[in-house]
Amino acid sequence: MSEDTAAVAAQQQGRPPVVRQSGISGLLGSAAGRNTGLVVALILLCIGGVVTAGDRFADVDNLLTILRLAAVIGVVSVGMTFVITGGGIDLSVGAIVALSSVWATTLATQGIANNSHWIVIVFTALVVGGVCGLVNGALIAYGRVVAFIATLASLAAARGLAEIISNRKTQIVNVPGFAAFFDASVLGVPVLVVIFAVVAAAGWVLLNRTTFGRRTFAVGGNPEAARLAGIDVRRHTVWLYTLLGLCCGLAAVMLIARTTTGSATHGGLYELDAIAAVVIGGTLLSGGRGTIAGTVFGVLIFTTLSNVFTLNNLSISAQAVAKGAIIVVAVLLQQRLARRSGA
Amino acid sequence: MAMTAPAAALLSVRGVVKRFPGVTALQGVDFEVRAGEVHCLLGQNGAGKSTLIKVLSGAHRPDEGEIRWRGEVVSFGNPTAAMRSGVAAIYQELDLVAGLSVADNVFLGHELSTAGFSRRAEARRRTRALLDRLGHPDISPDRDVGRLSVAHQQVVSMARALSLDGQLLIMDEPSAVLDPDEVRVLFGIIRELTAQGVAVIYISHRLAEIREIGDRVTVLKDGRTVATGLPARETKTSELIGLMTGRVLDNVFPHRKPVDPAAPEVLVVRGLADGDRFAGVDLTVHAGEVVGLAGLVGSGRSEILETVYGARKAAEGTVEVDGRKLRRGSVGAAVRAGMGLCPEERKSQGLLLDQAVYRNITVSSMSAFARFGFLDDRAERARSTKLTEALDVRPAGVDRVVRGLSGGNQQKVVLARWLLRECRVLLLDEPTRGVDVGARSEIYELIRELADSGVAVVVVSSDVEEVLGLADRVLVVREGRVVHDGPADEIDESRVLDLVMEGHAA
Repeated sequence: MSEDTAAVAAQQQGRPPVVRQSGISGLLGSAAGRNTGLVVALILLCIGGVVTAGDRFADVDNLLTILRLAAVIGVVSVGMTFVITGGGIDLSVGAIVALSSVWATTLATQGIANNSHWIVIVFTALVVGGVCGLVNGALIAYGRVVAFIATLASLAAARGLAEIISNRKTQIVNVPGFAAFFDASVLGVPVLVVIFAVVAAAGWVLLNRTTFGRRTFAVGGNPEAARLAGIDVRRHTVWLYTLLGLCCGLAAVMLIARTTTGSATHGGLYELDAIAAVVIGGTLLSGGRGTIAGTVFGVLIFTTLSNVFTLNNLSISAQAVAKGAIIVVAVLLQQRLARRSGA
Repeated sequence: MAMTAPAAALLSVRGVVKRFPGVTALQGVDFEVRAGEVHCLLGQNGAGKSTLIKVLSGAHRPDEGEIRWRGEVVSFGNPTAAMRSGVAAIYQELDLVAGLSVADNVFLGHELSTAGFSRRAEARRRTRALLDRLGHPDISPDRDVGRLSVAHQQVVSMARALSLDGQLLIMDEPSAVLDPDEVRVLFGIIRELTAQGVAVIYISHRLAEIREIGDRVTVLKDGRTVATGLPARETKTSELIGLMTGRVLDNVFPHRKPVDPAAPEVLVVRGLADGDRFAGVDLTVHAGEVVGLAGLVGSGRSEILETVYGARKAAEGTVEVDGRKLRRGSVGAAVRAGMGLCPEERKSQGLLLDQAVYRNITVSSMSAFARFGFLDDRAERARSTKLTEALDVRPAGVDRVVRGLSGGNQQKVVLARWLLRECRVLLLDEPTRGVDVGARSEIYELIRELADSGVAVVVVSSDVEEVLGLADRVLVVREGRVVHDGPADEIDESRVLDLVMEGHAA
């Protein structure tokens, strides 16, 4: 915990703590240092996997499966990190993924894609996701609806719309080129995993190195101060939710590729998984502090946990209990650390 | 009070030490409070006053030392235990529950009940009696606390303390949120309480108040008692300031240069009204001029400032900077035109408390450090470092979290933000609230330097002395109207107070 120990050291000299993060050392510091707890948890899980499932766990194919599963929820979680850091919350992500997946795989869309290019599917999903996010953001920023309520409404509405469009049927994708592109591997790494890595890296840069990211911290940390400092808080809020909507659209594409279907049941409980990953990663639910690296670790921990449980033939229910326990332990740890550095 | 005979100490504190992980906030505090006296605690921000209050009121446990209450060594486990023994703290941020009635708040935590059923009529009756005792029969026990004025909320806090037969009230800067009238009422209450034998520990940055209401003074510096039991009225100001700061201050306000009459008009406000709190406000500020807005809390002065800045939407009137009219209700437009605001509530409106100093400084000028949206944070740090060095922000280091800085240094950080933008118009709302005496004169100096460099400055303050000492021109605001506009050296404090309160006294 480089930052926390630095803070304690600074306080021992009777001074306020110092935050420092720059260049490569900052990247490493934030990835390995601040996230020591998460790294340890992940390693323990992996050891658990090796001990209980042996070669079935420590197998390249299995590890790639974990990453492929992590990729979809991971992309959503990166977007969620921005919204939560900006002081918001979005409960509608799973529903947006479902709606995007359905809209992008209707017979009409597939027809156009067949006649032109499979990229139409990707484009459609991104537009649907982006527009949903835009609507969420506008409702929250300009309509002044509390984020929790606004996105709860979107959750219901988007999932319902997805059911209407799909007529509750699973839509099988049969567009040449689409499956081939997303099933491929780059240097042995599945494309889905590459997409996740690119999104996470871009998210890190956006959050930590750009004015957009800096504004996100400001808006989440103290919206009134941000407004009086000249930041257009409402417009920024709209951008944050739109960004998350786009992430949901992309996640829908990845899910379509992984399952070769679009369905109104896709993305079930993604909102909980994404929020859980973001929070155990160390992003403050009240806003103003956020970490992409933490979120990535959070996603990997949950996915690995599922994998280890599945390999040991433990039920989904048991997984849920373990997930809940992890969230509680992580939040308790976070609070203790926060108190120590904030005292 | 002089009439109180030197009684046995009600509270005596010996060698109290309080450590937090890495910091020793109190490192040896000794003092005694007698029944019926007003004992003032003085000290700069960071001297340990807040920690001491928390130790006395049971919110923190001391690591060393002893606290004797009525001669017996005590250790209050929590604020409720302290209150039950008769020690109650009234904090600056009043800890009342909005939405509950006055009576509910007074008995919160020690509700009157019989076999689990609350005795509401009895609670109302006793609340009524307590409010009468505090000279405020005008507050109804049934009112929602959230709808009371701050001054009345303070009275409710006191009633709460007295409901448990409080023998010692600790008041943390009670006057900071009150206007002069209300302070007078507060002092009346304090005098009555002390006449009944209640002791008060009174904390304030305003020396004039300490002279008026205090009996004895204890001065804290760096978590230690540097002097205790000084007579409040007779001790010289220079001695008190010397004890607090370790140095001697003479002339607090910087020298004023005459404003060049030919200097261009930078800020021109005409007929500004918000349709509610104020109307018909005209205000012109020349380059290099400091204009002071004097007025009571609630007179509309802060609202005027916020509306000029676009943080509140104007219903009528225009705001021009350098001859260009600004869009109504847009902070962005005001900032782009070269305006800056240091808001009244520094912590809640001005700062990103959990972020680094340099990020707080550059937040309004990010585009100057960005290329294609990518920030050059090395350049940000370099510029911020220069500014914080020039302003003598202590402790140094632009990577420090702002929360850890004292009030004065936090205010310097907000000022640095607008210095960096090289703004044309600087609006300052209560620039020295919660700032200790030493840092205060530094901030005055800075405001004057800014004006001398050609910035148009508007200062709002409840402290008339501050307005007169700092401004070239003074506007007096009463009930949403500007009732006086003239040079600062042609008006004195009593005249301003007259103008401010005219119609209030009746």
